Amino acid sequence: MSTLFQPLSALTGAPGDGAGATHTFPAGQPLQLDSGEALAPLTIAWNTYGSLNAAKSNAFLLCHALTGDQFAAGIHPVTGKPGWWASMVGPGLPIDTNRFFVICANVIGGCMGSSGPHDIDPATGKPYGLSFPVITIRDMVRAQALLLDHLGIESLFCVAGGSMGGMQVLQWAASYPERVFSALPLATAARHSAQNIAFHEVGRQAIMADPEWSDGDYAAKGTNPRKGLAVARMAAHITYLSEAALHRKFGRNLQNREALSYRFDADFQVESYLRHQGLAFVDRFDANSYLYITRAMDYFDLAADYDGVLAQAFRNTKTRFCVASFTSDWLFPTAEGKKIVHALNAAGANVSFVEFDTDKGHDAFLLDVPEMFQTLRGFIDAAAQARGLRGAKV
Amino acid sequence: MLAKMPPLRIELQRIAEMVPASARVLDVGCGSGELIEYLARNKNVDARGIELSQHGVNACVAKGLSVIQGDADTDLAEYPSGAFDFVILSQTIQATRQPKSVLAQLLRIGKGVIVSFPNFGFWKVRLKLALTGRMPRTGALSHAWFETPNIHLCTIADFVALTQAVDAKIERALAVEEGGDVRELSVPGYWDNLTAEGAIFLLKRRPGMQAPA
Repeated sequence: MSTLFQPLSALTGAPGDGAGATHTFPAGQPLQLDSGEALAPLTIAWNTYGSLNAAKSNAFLLCHALTGDQFAAGIHPVTGKPGWWASMVGPGLPIDTNRFFVICANVIGGCMGSSGPHDIDPATGKPYGLSFPVITIRDMVRAQALLLDHLGIESLFCVAGGSMGGMQVLQWAASYPERVFSALPLATAARHSAQNIAFHEVGRQAIMADPEWSDGDYAAKGTNPRKGLAVARMAAHITYLSEAALHRKFGRNLQNREALSYRFDADFQVESYLRHQGLAFVDRFDANSYLYITRAMDYFDLAADYDGVLAQAFRNTKTRFCVASFTSDWLFPTAEGKKIVHALNAAGANVSFVEFDTDKGHDAFLLDVPEMFQTLRGFIDAAAQARGLRGAKV
Repeated sequence: MLAKMPPLRIELQRIAEMVPASARVLDVGCGSGELIEYLARNKNVDARGIELSQHGVNACVAKGLSVIQGDADTDLAEYPSGAFDFVILSQTIQATRQPKSVLAQLLRIGKGVIVSFPNFGFWKVRLKLALTGRMPRTGALSHAWFETPNIHLCTIADFVALTQAVDAKIERALAVEEGGDVRELSVPGYWDNLTAEGAIFLLKRRPGMQAPA
């Protein structure tokens, strides 16, 4: 079992102190899942930044992507590195923590404190492993809605997120339109494509092919499928970049050597980089969580819940949307963003659509793209004005 | 939050005057968003835009405007019928590939449609073509023929004929003269077609008009 999961209880504290908080709902209050099963007890780990105003009108929910977590801004307490959206969220930044009460929760199925397959199954007294129920994006969003109920927050000023986070944003807007004043789905799609399901299946098979995975029972057996999870991460990481960005960063440059080795060492810098990405990942992520969360993304098809008509998901919506995509993102290409925009237009929604010109690929939404900061700041400020949120301090 | 706005150019002022307060408006080909910004800030209009250039779109959204990247020729079909009180097509119809179907879509989407365009029947345009034998270039039409975005130029008389072809009712017609003066036209006639540099029309759908396929 990874050492990662041991210190999480030590992270529990008051929200807003940078260490996050957890809440376990009573066993009699289970989370009803799309699969038909119920998850109890439900635990949600979250973190907050900034403070809630008296009218409770400045809550800003962030939805994290596949391998993200609740530590979106500032320095991550486990890795010691900046949070996944530290460039976007903070004092004076586009998602201004002097102005907004920013909430980010670890998704269920995750491995940073919310209920997931590494938890102890109360029915058996042993870690769930593969007996943890399969969860969906909608289940993740339901759990977040329960958290907001617990925090006494009726309505969100904004819900924002990229990639899988963007899927949650769309699900929020469809499931709880009256609770979402504005929505910012980035680098995302209303359904997971066949190509993206295929990439996920490669990752899952890599994990399951590792003998240490032990049919998902590695926590009980004292093993850890590090190699399988690292390969899954390496394959996925390629899809987060672009051909142009890989070429710009690495070209065919050799790693710490003058000539080809004629062996299978990491001759090329790009190989060394990917190996590093894989190894760094296994120290902070759980293999079974990777299986469950990728499955949730694969199952996502928002229109399917609305007779196949995406516009029906947003019927009569009053939410203000800004959909954004990136030119070099081939995992969630601009065409997917446009499908969302077309549906929102057909629903008569208030929608903006921006595409940012960058060679940074899918991960661009996490990176330094000045035009993105400037444009999203404009959308957020205008929405804040419409909401009656004024000034930097509320 | 928003910087001070420069004054609207006169033609956009006249268009803005036609829009009542708190209306729902779609500006097709909104450029950098001057008109919808003016309408949103001064008339509490729920203003949206479509713009072909992504650069223009991003600039609009950064100013807090609701604008999407899109093409008038292809992307109007997705909007529901009667979705807007007014749809505005300012200095854009002559740059579309299918002006007739674009106008028909606008009449379907908007309860009112405001169209402005340069008048190719203006006497200076006619005179330049007649005297020099070259494609005319004027203040309103400044591009050389081989690089102009204006691929479907028309005269006021041509446009009136188009409104009949799409079964639209002309509610108002304004002649825009050189220097920006505007005069109301009861029935646009030969003289107006000769003396106006541009025109602004307010159209309505005739009752019972069929939505385009």
